[in-house]
Amino acid sequence: MTEKTHLPATQPKNKALDWLDERTGWRMVRDLADHKVVPMHAGTAWYYFGGITLFLFGIQVITGVLLLLYYRPSVAEAFDSVRFIMTRVQFGWLIRSIHSWSANLLILAAFVHMFSVVFTHAYRRPRELTWLTGIALLGLMLGFGFSGYLLPWNQISYFATKVGTDVAASVPIAGPSVARFLRGGEDVGAATLTRFFAFHVMILPLITFGLVGLHLLLVQFHGMSTPSGISPSQLAHMKFFPNFFLRELVVWYGVLAVLGTLAAIFPWELGQKADPFASAPAGIRPEWYFLAQFYTLKLIPSHVWFFEGELLGLLGFGLLAAGWVALPFWAAGRNGEHRDRLVAGAGVFLICYLATFTILGYVK
Amino acid sequence: MRAPAILFLLYCSLSIASARDSCMTCHSAMEEGTKGPTTLIKNDVHISHGLSCADCHGGDRASDDPSVAMSKAKGFKGKPARTAIPKFCASCHANPDIMRKFAPSERVDQYELYQTSVHGKRLAAGDANVATCIDCHSVHDIRAVKDALSPVHPLHVAETCARCHSDKVKMAPYKIPTNQFDEYRTSVHWEAMTKRGDLSAPSCASCHGNHGAKPPQVESVAAVCGTCHVTFQALYEKSVHKAIFSGRAPSGLGGGGCIVCHSNHGIHQPSTAMLVGPNAVCSECHEAGSAPAQTAAQMAAWIDGLDRALKQSETVLARAEEYGMEVSEAQVRLLDGREDLVKARLALHAIDPGEMRKPIDAGMAVAKETLADGQAALREKDFRRWGLAVSVILIGIAILAIRFLLRRIETNGNSEVRGPQQGPL
Repeated sequence: MTEKTHLPATQPKNKALDWLDERTGWRMVRDLADHKVVPMHAGTAWYYFGGITLFLFGIQVITGVLLLLYYRPSVAEAFDSVRFIMTRVQFGWLIRSIHSWSANLLILAAFVHMFSVVFTHAYRRPRELTWLTGIALLGLMLGFGFSGYLLPWNQISYFATKVGTDVAASVPIAGPSVARFLRGGEDVGAATLTRFFAFHVMILPLITFGLVGLHLLLVQFHGMSTPSGISPSQLAHMKFFPNFFLRELVVWYGVLAVLGTLAAIFPWELGQKADPFASAPAGIRPEWYFLAQFYTLKLIPSHVWFFEGELLGLLGFGLLAAGWVALPFWAAGRNGEHRDRLVAGAGVFLICYLATFTILGYVK
Repeated sequence: MRAPAILFLLYCSLSIASARDSCMTCHSAMEEGTKGPTTLIKNDVHISHGLSCADCHGGDRASDDPSVAMSKAKGFKGKPARTAIPKFCASCHANPDIMRKFAPSERVDQYELYQTSVHGKRLAAGDANVATCIDCHSVHDIRAVKDALSPVHPLHVAETCARCHSDKVKMAPYKIPTNQFDEYRTSVHWEAMTKRGDLSAPSCASCHGNHGAKPPQVESVAAVCGTCHVTFQALYEKSVHKAIFSGRAPSGLGGGGCIVCHSNHGIHQPSTAMLVGPNAVCSECHEAGSAPAQTAAQMAAWIDGLDRALKQSETVLARAEEYGMEVSEAQVRLLDGREDLVKARLALHAIDPGEMRKPIDAGMAVAKETLADGQAALREKDFRRWGLAVSVILIGIAILAIRFLLRRIETNGNSEVRGPQQGPL
């Protein structure tokens, strides 16, 4: 029996834990935590952002489940059920505001995490799959944002979804079918709401849970990446548990304080119930994380040479996204040399583009 | 082979001749001033229906010879005399068979109505200065009524009437006032029409009629106002004022209906200042301190009280909304209160305090309820802020505790490990 346990000989015996370990081998996980270490260097703080993203995802899951207790996904009831949550349910306003603010902070944290990986070159071999699963998770987070935005069925979300699905429809060949699939018909309506609800609470979470597991497994498998040019053996390391974990906990508490402050001082607006027959509200625009692309499409003339402007813009975004996804593969030359300056330049360019066009999208 | 060619040429020449309009060709070539209507007529509704000069003035538009084109033998009528204009237009506009071809939904009784109007009667009596069709609809650039540039489009009717009715010289022989348009421009009706773009708002023709234009008689003023203000009229009909202001009361106070209190052309936004105070219209008939004056004061106090209460609720809810509180339900409820205020103002026309008390009570209940909702939202806002402060303090304490724990762990020599980082599983 003792042959199967992972209990070190020095540790005191606990019959109940021994019994559990014999059947589950849980002490292996504890041993892993005991042995996991985090490199200490000037950029150690960037490691927190992966944890922040995971923490905010956890908050999304908890608050999302609580919202599900009252939310009703139908055109007739969606708006009123959210208003009921905001006004009648004890602390419903807090749960919904935290869910909405946390969604935005989550995407922000995911972007910061992604760029930290780029600038510390943590995507390098053998971590290509870690990068790919991370990028897929970022895409899923954007999908959560897009699908969740419609669920309160208010005026802004209704027209933003119309604009968003119209953009999808303008993609040649598959675009119209994709848009019809997303909307569940020719236009945004009751079928769209139920579909988006299904995406938001079932399909996307299932994929996300799987990918988060894989992403964490890969991080655990490869260990924490160290900045380029420094050998891991040259660096001091802190134990993940409890040293790094407690530091991460401090950061999570800080994030929780920020979330609470935002939710209490700026409760998420409900707006007006969607009216498909009303004209679109003035100055309609998507959430901030789609604003740069939205503003770019607005700037492109309706026709550029032989091409339709919007189509050209979408093609550009597609190529940019494909190039970004493939970053680990073009970041190294044929002879294995690292193209660090090229990657850093691409990262700076992308940050400048996203920041500038997002700000312009708000201002203009 | 020759016969078809000749037939073809004949067909072409006939087609060209039928498409040609010698009136336009000759008149547009004339000098400025004698060009006549050729420039104006391009915008004319008749042209857009395929009609031309000859359809009204007669003659032969196909002939290039003026003596033929404008010969009586060809039915040329020339320029009609002013007194003949209504009949001239009516030759088509009173003929259902003709009108059906061009505008089937158009009425054909304009001429009949015109003959019953003050304008029509005076014209029949030989007064050529009164308005005929062209004075309102223009001539040769006649546009459809729905065309915003038409002088009889709802937005322009008052200005069109005022061209004559504000002209002191023109109106002097008729001894009628010329201030109607100036007064109308201060009214709520003008504001609704021009500032809010409400084309259903009344202008001259709405009360006086258009083709059958005549001033409403004293007995019919309430009926004229009542065509739009239906409920006001129904309540007024029940009031003691009905008999007095219709001029049938034994007191002999005369008549005037609605205009006694509201005036006619310069109808302003009503307020409780019409009931009490130095400018009260009630005080023109009822002495201060008299029972009717006291009733008026009481009703004014009720209306003002409800208005104040609703405004207070509105302010509190707006403040709560500024703080991000969800108060839309209360704001929608407040609209019911506003409706009760309108109903109370409406009930005033029955001059029955009992009739008015019902909406006042209902409105006050709404004001009280929504005020409570607004105040509760503000208290909730304070609760949230306090809750936030406490939570932040607790989070701060937790952070300090973790830092303390970390320091203790790390001072016990558990701060860092050297060597390679953890490798594969």
